[in-house]
Amino acid sequence: MTAPILRAARLTKIVTSGEAPLTILDDVTFDVDPGASVAIVGASGSGKTTLLGLLAGLDRPSDGEVWLDGVALSTQDEDARAASRQRLLGFVFQSFQLLPALTAQENVMLPLELAGAADATARAAEWLDRVGLARRRTHYPKQLSGGEQQRVAIARAFAGEPKLLMADEPTGNLDNASGVEVADLMFRLNRERGTTLLLVTHDAGLASRCTRRLSLAAGRLVGDERAAEPV
Amino acid sequence: MQSLKLALRMLKRDWRAGELTVLIAAVVLAVGSVGTVAFFADRVKTALTRQANLLLGADVLVSGDRALPASLADEARRRGLAATPALKFNSMVQRVGADAGAGAVLADVKAVGPGYPLRGAILLVDGNAPDGTPASGIPPRGQAWPDARLAARLGVGVGDSIAVGESTLTVGAVVQQEPEVASGLLSIGPRLLVNLDDVPATNLLQPGNRATWRLLVADLSNRDRLDPYLKWLSAELKPGQRMENVRDLRPEIRQTLERADQFLGLSSLVAVVLAAVAVALAASRYLRRHLDTAAMLRCFGASRARTLALFVLQFAIVGLVASAAGLLVALAGQQLLVVLLGSIAAGDLPAPGVMPALAACATGILLLLGFALPPLIALAGAPPLRVLRRDLPRPRPGGILAYALGASVIAALIGWQAQDAKTGAIVVAGIGGLLAAAALTAWILVVLLKRLPQRGVTWRFGLANLRRRPLASSLQIGALALGLMALLLLTVVRGDLMQNWRASLPPDAPNHFLVNVLPDQVDGVRTALKAVTGADTTLFPMVRGRLVAVNGTPLDTTTYSDTRARRLAEREFNLSWASELAKTNRITAGAWFGAATGPDAGISMEEGIANQLKLKLGDALTWDLAGATVTAKITSLRKVEWDSFRPNFFTLFAPGVLESMSITYLGAARIPEGPQSAAWLSSFVQQFPNVLAIDVGEIIHQVQAIMEQVARAVEFVFLFTLLGGLLVLQAAIAATQDERRFDAAILRTLGASQAQLRAAQVAEFLVLGALAGLLAAAGATAIGYVLSDRVFQIPFAWNPLVWIYGLGGGSVVVTLAGWLGTRGTARNPPLEVIRQLG
Repeated sequence: MTAPILRAARLTKIVTSGEAPLTILDDVTFDVDPGASVAIVGASGSGKTTLLGLLAGLDRPSDGEVWLDGVALSTQDEDARAASRQRLLGFVFQSFQLLPALTAQENVMLPLELAGAADATARAAEWLDRVGLARRRTHYPKQLSGGEQQRVAIARAFAGEPKLLMADEPTGNLDNASGVEVADLMFRLNRERGTTLLLVTHDAGLASRCTRRLSLAAGRLVGDERAAEPV
Repeated sequence: MQSLKLALRMLKRDWRAGELTVLIAAVVLAVGSVGTVAFFADRVKTALTRQANLLLGADVLVSGDRALPASLADEARRRGLAATPALKFNSMVQRVGADAGAGAVLADVKAVGPGYPLRGAILLVDGNAPDGTPASGIPPRGQAWPDARLAARLGVGVGDSIAVGESTLTVGAVVQQEPEVASGLLSIGPRLLVNLDDVPATNLLQPGNRATWRLLVADLSNRDRLDPYLKWLSAELKPGQRMENVRDLRPEIRQTLERADQFLGLSSLVAVVLAAVAVALAASRYLRRHLDTAAMLRCFGASRARTLALFVLQFAIVGLVASAAGLLVALAGQQLLVVLLGSIAAGDLPAPGVMPALAACATGILLLLGFALPPLIALAGAPPLRVLRRDLPRPRPGGILAYALGASVIAALIGWQAQDAKTGAIVVAGIGGLLAAAALTAWILVVLLKRLPQRGVTWRFGLANLRRRPLASSLQIGALALGLMALLLLTVVRGDLMQNWRASLPPDAPNHFLVNVLPDQVDGVRTALKAVTGADTTLFPMVRGRLVAVNGTPLDTTTYSDTRARRLAEREFNLSWASELAKTNRITAGAWFGAATGPDAGISMEEGIANQLKLKLGDALTWDLAGATVTAKITSLRKVEWDSFRPNFFTLFAPGVLESMSITYLGAARIPEGPQSAAWLSSFVQQFPNVLAIDVGEIIHQVQAIMEQVARAVEFVFLFTLLGGLLVLQAAIAATQDERRFDAAILRTLGASQAQLRAAQVAEFLVLGALAGLLAAAGATAIGYVLSDRVFQIPFAWNPLVWIYGLGGGSVVVTLAGWLGTRGTARNPPLEVIRQLG
């Protein structure tokens, strides 16, 4: 049996808002195997995004631990966690988060350059080609449609060849047709590259395409379904 | 390298999006403003030094009231320097064969040794060369070379004989121009150049006859041998001996230029301070607009240090490029200053140097980094979680302490320009206080605005905008008020002050000073004066003496750290006596002599000089009066109105002490202006050839002309200050641009028309400008009042123009600038704006 790529143990996040402390995540524990596709689902305010932030090391839990590729995040400082993200993680966001100052190709190159890749330009071009945007390389984000921007973000996420791709409502800002197109692309690349996929969504259709669904309600893990066969 | 490439790419985009305009403008302004003054000061100083070396005839001049020891010249020559002696004294000079008493002229006689002058040349009158011919060497023994003025007054030409003391010398040539130190008003007599070896035969150097022994020294090899010698020399100098170099020359012009330089420098710093405020505002906007980028970079694994490096690199590039642009502005600006300062800065100015350029660029880059670094550090610390949660609080630059670097850059700059810590501290406190006071007053005004009846949605919304950002509004009003006030001060208020000063001069203020009246001429001179002025003129007796001991201890001038105090103590004082206190004098400590006489009645000292020489009431001062020694205690201190243009003395004895000494008289009179005055003066000079009549009216005109020119130059530099105020306005507008766009979008969604939105914006800026103008006018009036009442002690005149210009100018300029800065905000489709910014 292979070691899990991601482990969450008794994750708890409490924030003090006003007078009373507010528990956003409460004692959440689960493992994710390499190559799996996991959807975290739940209503608005159930703690999905907070959980994703903790799993990516973007935030610190009040209690509990996250192991990313076998390394406990609590043992790392902010810069070491940043280095782990660079090595292991790719991100796709609901609002795309492309840098407006950079062209499509430059946006894809960004994580590669940060990692010191010598062939960043060629690899970025290759990935834009793969997501069907070869002819939009020199375009700036505001010259692209929402669907196209998300495809650039997906190219950017995969270009660094991450072991784990985290997506936060990747189709949330897109119309139906573009949403389906982007989801298809993400699942196809996930299969081709053998990447582990962890996505937060309240889109039942998108969740049903994953091999596993973790359900959150009021900060607690209330369901863990594994599909016999992914759709 | 990759960071640099990435930084350049991000920079290019920001540049195109206009995100950097205010930052670049601020750096250009700071570099332009500091550079203009630095280039100018450097060029003028270099020119003055060159000019002064020629005037001195040497690199350094050692002077003494007695013969200088030979060791001074020997040591100079041993060190490979050129040295030559000279001697200066006053003497009556007369054409041989003329009637006794007629045609005798008091001349400045300069006796020189071989090699004179070490720098520059003696130019002789030559009918064929209008500019004169350089002399080869010095007057041979038996020859005298008068200057053109003396030759004309004596009525002599080449080949004639003149009597100097007991010698008769032949006029060998007439001097057109020679190196000469014009040290003060008393050395402007006609000149005679003779050979040093001819002096003993004149028999003029008797005890009591004033003469100055000189040694001219120059480093003709230009091998930096001078400084070690000067160091050695300064330890060797005895009381009564002094060293004069270029810095001590042409004191009136040098001082004016140094003050102008200092004042211009400090004025330019007001612009720098405002540029710093603009940089801080623009950088905090940059922080807000680049948070997502920073969070993204960190999410992708860039460390905090690397993220910071990426942003700092961009700012460093901006700083370099903007500094280069600022230098171009400075080069143009200093040339304009040269034109504005006209005759004072005239002469052959050398090309602008490298040092001022470096200093100005360093100012720009340090200013940018100093004030942008805190927001950038905050930016690099942006939480990466922001990529998921945009509602996270924004990181803030760490308070006032974070700006310590920027503040120290400003403090260092001010220290550099002010040249001493006290002036620097006063300026720092002054600018800080003014800005704070202006901002505070503005804040109160903004709060009071709420009580105004507000009709119509546009006014309400416009004023609400001011109130909603009280800090930003106060800062903008304060900065603008500072710029406007500077301009008002220099235009309207200065004009008023000058006018009031002229009006305050008594109509009977003397316009001529008469110096060197001999005792037997007193009655004749008074009669001649009465004939033209119709009134009796007082002639004051005067004896020259040197202060040699204080309370029995020989005076050691090296204990004075202030060079002015040292020079004052080293030179001979003009001493006088009086039994009645002059109207323009006031006792501030001790008691006036009254009926007391003799040395026991003591002396009365002018308060300012007593302070400078650290003398106090009761100190016993010993004076050397041409060999005789007198000791007397200070029994009173006086305040003197120097601008009364009447003869005044630093030191007054009671009657019965100085009368037996060698006395001359001086006085002041108002000679009616007009053609007959010239005729009178001409006959007066013929009658009393040794008396120097100095036209003070001419000097006052010159001083006024210089003041006007300096003021025009400062006015120009204050334009940078106004630009600084406008830049702060633009930075503040840019910083609130997103908010304004969002507000406009919401208002448009609710049905507001573009015209209504524009009207609201105009209302906001109109009020902002009017408040700034009001404050500026109030500030300028207050400073004008303090200047006239406390500093110049002339009556203050209220000028409504200050308020009209302040209020009108402020409203128009600010409304225009504000409208230009915000005109795009209402244009974008509302939904797009709300989606983008919401």
